[in-house]
Amino acid sequence: MYTLSTLPGDDVRQIMWRFSDRFDLQMVVQSARQIARGTVATLVAEGARHTHEWTEHKAQLLEAFDQSGLTSLFMDPHQGGFIEGPKNLALALVAFELSWVDGGSATCSLASNLALAPIHEKGTREQRDFYMHRATPPQPGEDREIWRGAFALTEPLPYVGVDTGVLVGKVRVDEWKDGAEPMLHVEKRGRFITNMDFAHFVTAAVDSADERIQGSCMITLQADDPGSFDRGAPTLKMCHQLSSTRDPIITVKVPASRIIGGYEIKDGVIVPKYSHSEIIGAVFHRTRIPVGLMTTAKLLSAVEPVIRYQRSRFRGGDASGPGSPKFEMGLQQKEDAQQRLVDIWAMGEAGASLGFGAARMADAFDPVEKRKEALLEEQGCTGPRKQMAALKKKQAETLEYVDLLFADPADKAANQARLDELEADTLVRFSYLDAVLGVTIPATKVWNTGSGANTLREAISLMGGYGITEDCPGFLMYKWADSQLEATYEGPEAVQRMHLTVTMGNPVFLAVLGKWADKLDASDRPGAAALDAAIRAWLWAYEFLDAAKDAEGKKLLHRKRQGVTFPLADALCWLVAAASLFDDVDALIENGPMNPTVAEGLEGLVGFYTDLAFVQAARAAGEAGRILAELVYGYGAQADTSAFAALRAEIDANLAGARLAKDRAGEALTQVMIPEALDYPM
Amino acid sequence: MSYHIVVCGSIVPDPLQTLTPMDGPQGPALKNEMMLPAVLDPWAGHALFEAANLARKLPDCKVWLVSLGPKAKLQQVMMAVAQKAPFQFVAVDGPASGFTDSFAVAESLAQAIENIADLDKGKLLLFGGWQSASRGSGSTIQMVAERLGIVDQFQGVDKLTVTDDGIEVLERVDGGAWLASKVEGAPAAFGWATGELPEPPNNPQVGMMNMKSIMPALQQAKPAQPGTGFKVQGVSVPQVVRETRIVKDMPVDDIARELVDWIKA
Repeated sequence: MYTLSTLPGDDVRQIMWRFSDRFDLQMVVQSARQIARGTVATLVAEGARHTHEWTEHKAQLLEAFDQSGLTSLFMDPHQGGFIEGPKNLALALVAFELSWVDGGSATCSLASNLALAPIHEKGTREQRDFYMHRATPPQPGEDREIWRGAFALTEPLPYVGVDTGVLVGKVRVDEWKDGAEPMLHVEKRGRFITNMDFAHFVTAAVDSADERIQGSCMITLQADDPGSFDRGAPTLKMCHQLSSTRDPIITVKVPASRIIGGYEIKDGVIVPKYSHSEIIGAVFHRTRIPVGLMTTAKLLSAVEPVIRYQRSRFRGGDASGPGSPKFEMGLQQKEDAQQRLVDIWAMGEAGASLGFGAARMADAFDPVEKRKEALLEEQGCTGPRKQMAALKKKQAETLEYVDLLFADPADKAANQARLDELEADTLVRFSYLDAVLGVTIPATKVWNTGSGANTLREAISLMGGYGITEDCPGFLMYKWADSQLEATYEGPEAVQRMHLTVTMGNPVFLAVLGKWADKLDASDRPGAAALDAAIRAWLWAYEFLDAAKDAEGKKLLHRKRQGVTFPLADALCWLVAAASLFDDVDALIENGPMNPTVAEGLEGLVGFYTDLAFVQAARAAGEAGRILAELVYGYGAQADTSAFAALRAEIDANLAGARLAKDRAGEALTQVMIPEALDYPM
Repeated sequence: MSYHIVVCGSIVPDPLQTLTPMDGPQGPALKNEMMLPAVLDPWAGHALFEAANLARKLPDCKVWLVSLGPKAKLQQVMMAVAQKAPFQFVAVDGPASGFTDSFAVAESLAQAIENIADLDKGKLLLFGGWQSASRGSGSTIQMVAERLGIVDQFQGVDKLTVTDDGIEVLERVDGGAWLASKVEGAPAAFGWATGELPEPPNNPQVGMMNMKSIMPALQQAKPAQPGTGFKVQGVSVPQVVRETRIVKDMPVDDIARELVDWIKA
């Protein structure tokens, strides 16, 4: 029986989430943590959340972000930032640290970056330099205000969030003198716009209401533009009160040069270089990751206060004195209390593994995507359709690349030259990363927040008498409420499921998923076989549903059949998250011994994490198995489903020992050392 | 006037942790010491911030931070400290549990300072904490100074002002008063109390710059065994029963009255 000495510290996290060699990220984590456990915790404890208005009290957050360096995190060094290259993992870590204490503060931190993201991704060089520079804190010798941004995509009621393709914001030509830059009139009403109280500029999605402007675009609107920049009424949110949110009504006149990415004039018509959906696609591709991790942070943050509550539950009464098991262990004498907490912890770990894995891969993807854009532009493949056709031609090579990438070491070594060649092929590499991220990013968003919110309810319930009070340690009540909002952030959960409907059938992803199953199959780790069987069952079900038809002879696996595709996507998320946790535990086993701090208690840590991964694999396989059985048998009563039945039986049989793992993990929770007090106030 | 300021500052376990002593192979140690979160000793932190402030105001000053502690822990703590002020880092690899002999610790620190290549001892201001959060013997800085041949020493320093003809020092004494002294200049040693400066805001650019010297310094850290020849006979945690009440929105007058009642009782 192993012993879990302490809760996992930074060294363990750095190994599992693979930033042991990134001191820039480790610094960022420390900075964000200081704010979270200091300014943010104090604001929450002082009741700052009890108003919808943005107050001077809440504005301390902005100052803290500036002073800690987080404001300039999004920028490149030449723009005043300090991290070169992609920052998906950095932003994910910051969101995680801030949400550990309060999710709204994380939203507040991310919102300016979200406003800058369209400019960063698709803006002209002049636009990037202008806004990025103003959004950084002043350098020595500079005397200027820091600009904050807000992102306005969503529309006024009754169209809130239903379809990002439908825009009510309008742009028309206001004045166009010969030889001069056109002046545009923009009308934009926003709903639930974060940072709106103090935004100096807004990046808004608008549609043309003028035959002299083609299609839609994104455009920057500034508070000092001529016209009306009405910040609107505060949104009466029931959560995330540490972010400013209002419903603005903006009617302003701006030069056409504000169109993000620039424009051309063709036959007397202004043609924006990018439509709003192209820009949003590039932005949202990445920004969903931190939001998913926000809920995950809360789950993991619940572990310590729940343990403390459980242990001290019976202290102070007459029934037990110091030294007695009841006094020392409290509720942790009960198996159920321990094991429910194990479930919460395992869910949190799996979410973190999935989200940080996606963030790392997104960092690798960014430069490849830029190279792909440049390459295809050189080749004249500029439109989305032409690009898709060009990438389709690379599918066979991408599948070959996947084969080699996951080959056993001997095969890999024998084919190293070919692997290198394929890896150097920008379109192959792009296709591979795009296929995996196409699933893991929306999976992070929908699974971490949705299943995370459900699990947070369990965490609150474990608090017993504390649970439904403001005194609940760790602000768990607020975290639970906030998680409901995170589950709808950047589009309702349905949007992510729709995304998965399209991406999970990508042949490259299906091949990768098969390789993950092979890897689990080859592993002798407890629980790996159950997860392997569950993934194979999912792949079988996918193929089955792809070929099957309903009673009316209509195709089942079709994007309009959400009753089929959405549950299938949900099942996939459980499996991908659990597989990610196995991957991170592998990293701990492999790299832990090289870190002297971690090496000391590694045996206990690895034992605990191995059990936690088994617990999560069993849960994921069970959830996925249930969903898949409903789909397969529910739609295939007359079909030959014996292969599926065999796979389900294999899943069940491979759960052997899962409860023993949970017993061990629960027992470990009774021994783990925790600080005497939470490091942020009640 | 330019100075070379060397700040001696070690790390200590996060005070919120349960610190349980246990017998290790080299004498007493803290249970799970390597896994306990650590912070820069707050007393040393004051000294470092004062040093950085002084260096910022005067021309051609340099600041070194010399730390003795487990390398892995030092690296972790420096991720936060490096963003606070510019300095060159000198690491000495050894235990920081508090069960160490300050005499031997001083020896290790003095050797590390002697080995700083471009240090001009004629310009040396030795800074450190007057006390330490791990033991509070208040003796280490004195002994480091003695080994370096520095005879002008000040303890409990709250304020240091460089003037045209030297350095004015305020040392904390009983009764909320200060002892005002004046020293001609370097070399001198200062054991800081809390100083007057708030913790500076983070500057990630400074952090990135500092890390360029911190990482090599950690790799090159020489091992020290400040426990050799030193024996701790017994260690135990004070048996304190903490009775905590949580009362919300209590008027200040009531709090004051309750405190007075408690003191009188």
